[in-house]
Amino acid sequence: MITSIEMLEKIRDDAKKKMAARLDKAYREKQYDVLVCAGTGCIATESEKVRKALLKNVSEKGLESTVRILKTGCFGFCKLGPIIIVYPDKTFYCEVKEEDVQKIVTQHLEKGEKVTELLYRSLKDDKHKETIEEISFFDTQKRIALQNCGFIDPEDIEEYIGVNGYFALHKVLMQDTPEKVIEVISTSGLRGRGGAGFPTGKKWSFTYHAKEEEKFVVCNADEGDPGAFMDRSILEGDPHCIIEAMAIAGYAVGAQKGYIYVRAEYPIAVDRLEKAILEAKEKGLLGNNVLGTTFAFTLELRLGAGAFVCGEETALLNSVEGKRGEPRARPPFPAVSGLKQKPTLVNNVETLANIPKIILNQPDWYTKLGTETSKGTKVFALAGQINNTGLIEVPMGTTIRTIIYQIGGGIPRGRKFKAVQTGGPSGGCIPDEYLDTAIDYESLNEIGSMMGSGGMIVLDETNCMVDIAKFYVEFSQDESCGKCTPCRIGTRRMLEILRSIADGKADMRDFEELQELAQDIKEGSLCGLGQTAPNPVLSTIEYFKEEYIAHIQDKRCPAGVCEKLKRHKIISEKCIACGLCHKVCGFDAIHGERKKSPYAIENEKCINCGACFEKCPVQAIERG
Amino acid sequence: MGKEIIRIEIDDIQIDTEQGTTILEAAFKAGIEIPSLCYLKEINEIGACRVCVVEIEGVKALQASCVYPITHSIRVFTNTERVRKARKRVVELLLSEHNRECTTCIRNLNCELQNVADNLGIRDIRVTGERKSYDLQTENPFIARDYNKCISCRRCQAICSTIQEVNIYAPLNRGMDTLIAPAFMRDLGDTNCITCGQCVIACPTASIAAKEDIQDVWAALEDEDKYVVVQTAPSIQVTLGEMFGMETGTIVTGKLAAALRHMGFKKVFPTDLSADLTIMEEAHELIERLKGNGKLPLLSSCCPAWVKFAEHFYPQLLEHLSSCKSPHEMFGALIKTYYAKKEGIDPKKIVSVAVMPCTAKKYEASRPEMGCEGYRDIDYVVTTRELGRMIRQAGIHFRNLQDELYDMPFGVSSGAGAIFGATGGVIEAAVRSAYAILNQRNSEMGLIDFEELRGQRGVKEAKVNLGDKTIKVAIAHGTGNARIILDRILQGDHYDYVEIMGCPGGCVGGGGQPILGRRDYKRISLDYRHNRADSLYKIDMHSQLRQSHNNPDVKRLYAEFLGKPLGEKSKKLLHTTYTPRGSYF
Repeated sequence: MITSIEMLEKIRDDAKKKMAARLDKAYREKQYDVLVCAGTGCIATESEKVRKALLKNVSEKGLESTVRILKTGCFGFCKLGPIIIVYPDKTFYCEVKEEDVQKIVTQHLEKGEKVTELLYRSLKDDKHKETIEEISFFDTQKRIALQNCGFIDPEDIEEYIGVNGYFALHKVLMQDTPEKVIEVISTSGLRGRGGAGFPTGKKWSFTYHAKEEEKFVVCNADEGDPGAFMDRSILEGDPHCIIEAMAIAGYAVGAQKGYIYVRAEYPIAVDRLEKAILEAKEKGLLGNNVLGTTFAFTLELRLGAGAFVCGEETALLNSVEGKRGEPRARPPFPAVSGLKQKPTLVNNVETLANIPKIILNQPDWYTKLGTETSKGTKVFALAGQINNTGLIEVPMGTTIRTIIYQIGGGIPRGRKFKAVQTGGPSGGCIPDEYLDTAIDYESLNEIGSMMGSGGMIVLDETNCMVDIAKFYVEFSQDESCGKCTPCRIGTRRMLEILRSIADGKADMRDFEELQELAQDIKEGSLCGLGQTAPNPVLSTIEYFKEEYIAHIQDKRCPAGVCEKLKRHKIISEKCIACGLCHKVCGFDAIHGERKKSPYAIENEKCINCGACFEKCPVQAIERG
Repeated sequence: MGKEIIRIEIDDIQIDTEQGTTILEAAFKAGIEIPSLCYLKEINEIGACRVCVVEIEGVKALQASCVYPITHSIRVFTNTERVRKARKRVVELLLSEHNRECTTCIRNLNCELQNVADNLGIRDIRVTGERKSYDLQTENPFIARDYNKCISCRRCQAICSTIQEVNIYAPLNRGMDTLIAPAFMRDLGDTNCITCGQCVIACPTASIAAKEDIQDVWAALEDEDKYVVVQTAPSIQVTLGEMFGMETGTIVTGKLAAALRHMGFKKVFPTDLSADLTIMEEAHELIERLKGNGKLPLLSSCCPAWVKFAEHFYPQLLEHLSSCKSPHEMFGALIKTYYAKKEGIDPKKIVSVAVMPCTAKKYEASRPEMGCEGYRDIDYVVTTRELGRMIRQAGIHFRNLQDELYDMPFGVSSGAGAIFGATGGVIEAAVRSAYAILNQRNSEMGLIDFEELRGQRGVKEAKVNLGDKTIKVAIAHGTGNARIILDRILQGDHYDYVEIMGCPGGCVGGGGQPILGRRDYKRISLDYRHNRADSLYKIDMHSQLRQSHNNPDVKRLYAEFLGKPLGEKSKKLLHTTYTPRGSYF
């Protein structure tokens, strides 16, 4: 039980000594901390096998006294998993396989020589990078929410305390009034990272001012946007920062009980949270007398059953209460009447992850980062047609171009960038003309998208925008809770029109109806999900109208994605009559004379499988 | 402390309203009817259908007026282009998936969706697409379910859970596949549905509708080989008029008898008579139990919805239930035995029809216990609504009918039998007779009106003096209210006699009564129930005969056939047994 600052400091200082290989810049001893990523991404590429092999090898070589093998959270460079980092050298090994382990142990951990072939090789200069600091993926990043992810062992509370964990909680309990804490958060300019960007300080203040004995703090960890895993990574890599932040929030708003609502599809996060809550309880950081004071705060987990709508805060509250996850009418807002009709503060994982750092570093440290209206950093999950898929954190105001080309390493196979989708099913597609937009809540709204929780899906010329819109609307329709009419039926009707456009069956009247319907759904829906479900449609129409028209009027899918409209054509001028297309065609649909006359496709026989398109050495085959 | 009064402006009309009132209710007071579909005042306020949206100055999004509480002075616009457009779109979307067979629909001309669509002037459905296509569920004998007409308003769910506390309905699935249905979309007959039919009354469309037996009844009437008799429940005489545009509570006893006779029924009897008979049996049962023969409190058993509720949810109290069949079943049993013999008719040829305010009676008539000597007690149950339709089919000018009387030998009934149709009526009638039976004399009791047993309060309790003995009685209507008393009994509170009716208001609020189909259902249904019940009490008040035990027809029945109350014949024909059922299915 920690009941004084001295006790907390003692744990920190002991931990620091143990973590010296990582923390001490002047560290010269031959003592290694080997961090193996144990986030979902790397575990999927079997990092556990690597870790076990490391443990086995190290013990066989008798290196236990000089080498510690540790689990850690996500480094962000998920594309290259499994990833391990060796401290104090800061050596970044990627795509490490079980069979590579022996070499790492005998060469690096025994002899101090880096295993070059496992080092990251830059796409730019094709050179191996010796340390993590030399990797451009990490260059422009600024890790606040992800500060401890990939640095500490998430299953060891002492490592968290070793990096000043729980000192923010101690500080507010000892030095600050709740009003003061709320003022600090307000001044920091922190806004809700779940997507809508409501000022966090204001939310805290509303809950604080609600006159009720019983209040609640709820952490929204029901991350559901397709392709998004920001919250999961934080929970897996740094669960204690959420616990600490929730306790601070509880103190500030006057709540004694908190719930973390996390998707059951995040088993590792759930497991680490459970362990963390238990450890925090044992250390007196949760319970009836937090850090020996009279402040009481307890936490419970609630597992979501996989409904996207439960990310909407009122639906989430229903679900925590054991009811079907369906939004409630607002007002009253949760700050007035939330869980069990009591005032409730609902904050997203990433929002909370910023709290301890803001408290410890003062708000002006935080406001230095970001734009006029959006302070601090934002975590994004990069996915789609991009070289460096993974998790990144950048200051607000970073341009989309920087993210995609500098951090993300650009589009693979030299293809052309087409758009980036942000905000998931509530967001929109941003075309290349806005690549230099400095990202913040307002700028993204202005160009018809939204921040959302941070999913960023890059699309290139091989993506069809009608198909993309269809994908998101299908998602919204599948996940609609069915409570209000516009979302329940309206999204289905949008989907039906989109399908008929993709099938080449729609006319311009349908296209107009689609746009009108989309506006009406925005206008009439009960909750944020319904109100934003048409965004993917409206933004793709706004920026890629000609692509829709091609589907409707020319019965053509320019990207060659829509099954029913796919067409392949050989451009005779480009054709070198090599005959490869004829050979690869399984349906005898391509004919010509080798080395003499250009080849041509017989449309009646062609099934548009695309084999010739892939095979042609001179890109003489056109698709779309 | 009174609530703060706030002055708001709706469509430029200034109105003072209590803090917390919804915009929809405030507008109603200002004389503006905001259209709605999912809204049932105090029962279903969820803002789901989005028909009632309005514009509020300074608020970006349109707001559902049924759930928007007024907390400060605001300006509201209920009839702007933006609002009309949004409402139209919502109703169009509902219609786009709806089975729009209006002209052949059971709710044709009495459908809220139809009304709203007409009021909004919808002439075209701009975006159409896939419709729901589920099979009709018509397996059970009481309620048919057509999911293709469901608009997911959840009023059935609300009434079943908040008023009846039976909780049959819940949303299933997501997206357009969302359905408000029993778990696993089971047929209601395979659930713990108590068959009360309150969901039928609450449904704005024909998604939930009572099963119709009209065709079978017409067929029987056509069949020259059949002898078709009909009985009418006490409440029918005060509700049937509504089917013909008459004021609620209009007493149409004579026209009812005339219409039925005109339609070809050989004999027309009042169920009120067998209500008197029920009282004779039940009052004696009460007296026996008060003497220590049987469990107290005695729980009334004349409502089949309540009986099924007890079988599912309070099986441990089944021994408390009176073993009396409900009045119409008693009547049915007598018609095919005593009456058939007396008139020399082959009971096989008799078709016994009951006009009931109730869907549960349809279920009850199908229970295996409800037969005797190889005959079903009742062959067909038709609701008030069905009878109204049959009268229209027959082309009878109901309003112009000359009053006629019920047929002998069962044509006489007491006022006590009439008030069976209102909550509290059974106990009041029973007490009148029990007093006389206990004290071996005709008391003044029948002339006293037990005001504390009447009225629409959900739970009523009273002490009643029966001569040397004072008994404690309780009354509940609506099974949600029933739970209150039943839980008290389980906790050990003492009662002697408890009357429970499944529907709010008793039979006057039954699931087979004319459908109101209005936004402030709760208030209107209260008014309706009140007016209907008042009329029953009026009938009682003006009756020469106000005590069941003095009914000469009942006396003759015992003398000629049954012997004595709780006697051997009575037990065989007029009493029944109950079955504990599961809490879920």
